[in-house]
Amino acid sequence: MAENTQKLLEVRELTMDFGGLRAVDSITLEVCTGEIVALIGPNGAGKTTFFNCVTGIYKPTRGEILVHPPEQKTYKINGFKPNRVTAMGLARTFQNIRLFQNMTVLENVMIGRHCRTTTNILGAILRGKNTNRQERETIERSYELLEKVGLVHFADEFAKNLPYGAQRRLEIARAMATDPFLLLLDEPAAGMNPQETKDLDELIVRIKDTENISILLIEHDMKLVMNISERIYVMEYGKKIAHGSPQEIRSNPKVIEAYLGEGGDDA
Amino acid sequence: MDYFLELFLSGLTRGSIYALIALGYTMVYGIIQLINFAHGEIYMIGAFVALVVSGVLTIYGFSGVSILILAALIAIIYSAAYGYTLEKIAYRPLRGAPRLSPLISAIGMSLFLQNYVLLAQTADFLPFPELVPEFEFMEPIAHIMGSAELIILITSAITMIGLTLLIKYTRIGKAMRATQQDMVMARLTGINVDRVISVTFIIGSVLAAIAGVLVGSYIGQINYFIGFMAGVKAFTAAVLGGIGNIPGAALGGLVLGLAEAMAAGYISSAYEDVFAFGVLVLILILRPSGLLGKAVKQKV
Repeated sequence: MAENTQKLLEVRELTMDFGGLRAVDSITLEVCTGEIVALIGPNGAGKTTFFNCVTGIYKPTRGEILVHPPEQKTYKINGFKPNRVTAMGLARTFQNIRLFQNMTVLENVMIGRHCRTTTNILGAILRGKNTNRQERETIERSYELLEKVGLVHFADEFAKNLPYGAQRRLEIARAMATDPFLLLLDEPAAGMNPQETKDLDELIVRIKDTENISILLIEHDMKLVMNISERIYVMEYGKKIAHGSPQEIRSNPKVIEAYLGEGGDDA
Repeated sequence: MDYFLELFLSGLTRGSIYALIALGYTMVYGIIQLINFAHGEIYMIGAFVALVVSGVLTIYGFSGVSILILAALIAIIYSAAYGYTLEKIAYRPLRGAPRLSPLISAIGMSLFLQNYVLLAQTADFLPFPELVPEFEFMEPIAHIMGSAELIILITSAITMIGLTLLIKYTRIGKAMRATQQDMVMARLTGINVDRVISVTFIIGSVLAAIAGVLVGSYIGQINYFIGFMAGVKAFTAAVLGGIGNIPGAALGGLVLGLAEAMAAGYISSAYEDVFAFGVLVLILILRPSGLLGKAVKQKV
């Protein structure tokens, strides 16, 4: 790691139990500024549960989740409600798309601006100067984001009418609208065709470079993972089994075994 | 013809009152899938506050319209506070509990508020002052429509249009729609869902208080039990229109009010409830999800 990088997310010994099942078993993970980090592993390894713990959907059984927002003090966010985690600067997308289907594309992005604006109900009724200005800024910023993900021409379309790949990009735009410093993407390439995956690949790298947002992603598409990530963590049955650069991971026998099953090299 | 028009307008008047209350039911249901049985009581409390305030203001020598406006404002503030508190103490601790628990809590709150007003006030019907003056320009059509009816129709129309605009265009309206569609995702996009729910209860209570004041001065008497019947009717209206659907609640209220008025006028006022609920049964047989409700697809 270079000198000027700073840790943004630091997870220490995170454990999540569901009754007798240990879904995540003392995972330690870091994401630094300007990084794309991937979390991979076979189905059911506990990757999404890990995301749910970090974003406040689950309250972890043990361990610490620390965030260091740029130029701010460190926060321990265990048990924070999801809206507070988002307000802190962590945004995420889902494995199965979760857009607000019955709202327009523009409105979906505007919803993302909610936590960065302050108009209350009285302001909305009285329509003060401040309200109008905020509303205008929200719309401008939302259009800007739609432009970045290439969806401006769909702005007034209902989210449910968008093609699959576009819905994925809209989810990313909505997450970006919350002004995050870290974006958590849960299988962004799931169900995409090779062309869409390639576009997504470029989009993710562009977000990192131009928006100054670091990225933690779960992904099964190995080509995408190996292409864009600086570091990779591998999970199996809730445990971390490997950690390293794409080259290291590719040749790690434990990883090969996890993916191909025991005795994989005999096959 | 005049007779029909009279019935039609009185049906619309009733209907818009039902609609105002039904909106509170449907908005709350839309967001947290709870039938807020204590909603009728909020409406009753609104009427009582208006009664007390108008009594006091009359002593101090205020006149008709200014009393109506001040009484309504104070009733709105009071009811909003009740609605907010109700959600905070009776429903919020049960968020995430099985659906039956908050429902029972709602029934409990309804009984509690009724009996609280019963003890604090009286079991008798109290006369409610006529706050709406007889407008002179209404005289030629006074046999069809009174001034109070006119005020009710105009007020509810303005309120409903305002609500629609609020939900469609404002920041809080978008947050409400987002919460309704996917609460977890709404939280993850940074929306404070608890606050959105509070605001929903406040808006519902404001609408109920407006209805309470209007009805009080229209019918001329109130007691602690008026919230029950109004609540049941408004709930019917909400189901009729498709529960959770906002234009549906307004439409359901109007349909119900008209059905009642027609039944009362052409058959007998003893049968108006029979017709009201008959319409409900009929519509639920033909369209189980209500007039404007969407069928919920169950995944198998």
